Amino acid sequence: MQYLLLIYDQESQWSKLSEAEQGKIYQDYGDFTQSVTKSGHYLGGNQLHPVSKATTVRMRDGKKLVTDGPFAETKEQLGGYYMIDAKDLDDAVAIAARIPSARFGSIEVRPIVTRGERA
Amino acid sequence: MTIEQIYREESGRILATLIRLLGDFELAEEAVQEAFTAALEHWPTEGTPANPRAWLVSAGRNKAVDLLRRRACFAAKRDELARLNALAEEVAETPEETMVNDDRLRLIFTCCHPALAREVQVPLTLRTLCGLSTEEIARAFLVPLPTMAQRLVRAKAKIRDAAIPYRVPADDDLAERLDTVLLVVYLVFNEGYNASSGDVLVRRELSSEAIRLGRLLHVLMPEAAEAAALLALMLLHDSRRDARMSAAGEIVLLEEQDRTMWHREQIVEGLEMAETALAQGARGPYALQAAIAALHAEAKQAGETDWHQIVGLYELLLRQQPSPVVELNRAAAVAMAEGPAEGLRLLDTLEEQGALKDYYLLPAARGDLLRRMGRWSEAEKAYREALALVANEAERRFLERRLAEMQTRRAENLAGA
Repeated sequence: MQYLLLIYDQESQWSKLSEAEQGKIYQDYGDFTQSVTKSGHYLGGNQLHPVSKATTVRMRDGKKLVTDGPFAETKEQLGGYYMIDAKDLDDAVAIAARIPSARFGSIEVRPIVTRGERA
Repeated sequence: MTIEQIYREESGRILATLIRLLGDFELAEEAVQEAFTAALEHWPTEGTPANPRAWLVSAGRNKAVDLLRRRACFAAKRDELARLNALAEEVAETPEETMVNDDRLRLIFTCCHPALAREVQVPLTLRTLCGLSTEEIARAFLVPLPTMAQRLVRAKAKIRDAAIPYRVPADDDLAERLDTVLLVVYLVFNEGYNASSGDVLVRRELSSEAIRLGRLLHVLMPEAAEAAALLALMLLHDSRRDARMSAAGEIVLLEEQDRTMWHREQIVEGLEMAETALAQGARGPYALQAAIAALHAEAKQAGETDWHQIVGLYELLLRQQPSPVVELNRAAAVAMAEGPAEGLRLLDTLEEQGALKDYYLLPAARGDLLRRMGRWSEAEKAYREALALVANEAERRFLERRLAEMQTRRAENLAGA
C-alpha cells in the first residue's frame, strides 16, 4: 500500500527557533529519511519552500487565474511530504509518528489510489 | 432457535472468520448475507441442521469462493484475476476446524480503530459483531436510517481504501486500543441503560449486546483487568433493570426500588467479576464504578447501604476522571453519608463553578436535598429550574410529581401557620 505523508506545521513557529534548534530538526529529518530508506519504506519525499513562495492556479470558464500564495490560508501549512510503501495503515501511522514535525505539527496520512481502483 | 436468533448469535463470529480468510470486509459481509439467505431458503423445507453454525460457516465459505470467482471474471488485469482465483482455491481448501477460530477479537479492534470516528465505531461494532440491522441501530440512536447507512458504508470504504489492518494491535498499542474498545462497549451499554426515549425495546437490547461483548472480551482477554471491571459494572447495573421503572413507566429511584426485582444471579456474577477485576489489579474508572455498584447490590435494603465507602470511591474516581457529573454523584453520596446540608454545600460549589449550567440534574439534586431538609419553597424553585432544562419525558414527569409535592407541602405549611 502506498501512502503520502503530508507534513503540516506553523511556519511562524519555525522562524522563532534558534539556528541550533533548526539544525537539530534538520539532523533528525536526515536520520529519519535514512532509516525509512534502509527499511525499504521510502519511495520519495521533499521539503517544500514556504507558502510565501507558492502560486495558485485555477482554470475557470476557459480562463487561467493565477494568484500569489497557497490555495487557502490555513493555521498550519504544508511544509513537505514523504511517499512511502507500507503494509497497512498501522504501519504507515507508525512511520508518520517518527517524522520530526509530528512532535509539534500534524502529519496527514493519505492512501494513494492504485490504478484500477475507484476512489 | 429461529434463524433471526442464530443470525444475532453467529453472524459476528462467521463474519470475523471470513474477513480473516478473505482480507476484505465487504466481500466477507456479502458471503455471510448469502449464507443466511441460503439458510432461509433451505432450512424451512430441509429442517434446521443439527449444527447450524457449522452449516453456516461452510455455506459462507462456499459463497465466498463463488464471489471471488465472480470477481475474477470481471478482473481487468491478469494478476488481479490470478490473485482472486488463488484466494478462492485457498479458501475452498481451508479445513473446517480452522474455520471456527474465534476471530472476533480482531474484528472488535478493527471496528474500534482510531482512524474511524467514534460515531462510526459504535454502529460498526453493533452491525458487524452483534448482527444488529442498520434500521435497529438507526432507531436506537435516533438517527435517520439513510444517515446511519451512509456512515456504515463510509466506514467500510475507509477500512478498505486506507488499509486499516484486521488484527489485534501489537503490545505497545494494545492498552490504548483496548481503552477505545472498552469505551465503545460502555457507550453501547449506556445507550441501552438510559433507554427512555426512542424505541425502548431496541435500546434494552443494546445493554444485552454490550454485556455480550463484555463477556466476549473477558473470555478472549482474560488478563485484561479493566475489561473484567467493565463487565462487572454492566452486569451490576443491568441487574436492576426491572426495578428502575414502574409498570406505568415512571422512574423509581434507587432508594425506592423493590430489591426483590433485582436479578440475583446477575448480581452474583457481577460481584464475582468485580472481585476478579480487583484481584487482577483493576483500579481504573470502570473498577471504581463497579465497586460502587457492588456496594449497592450488596445492601439488602436501601438503609443498609455503606455510603461512606461509596463517598470514598467517588473521591478516587474524581481523581482519575475529574468531571462535574462525577462531582454531582459524589455530592449525592455525601448527602446520604453525612446529611443533606453537607451535600448542599458541595452543590453550591458546583453551581459557582458554572460547569453544569444547562444540566437538569444539578437543580434536580438541589431540589432533592432541600426537600429532605424541609425547605419546601426553595425546593420548589429548584425543581422548576430543573424542569426548564429537562428533555426526557419520564424524568420530566418525575420532576413534576416532586414539584406538586412541594406545592402541597407549602400549602400545608401556610394552612398550618
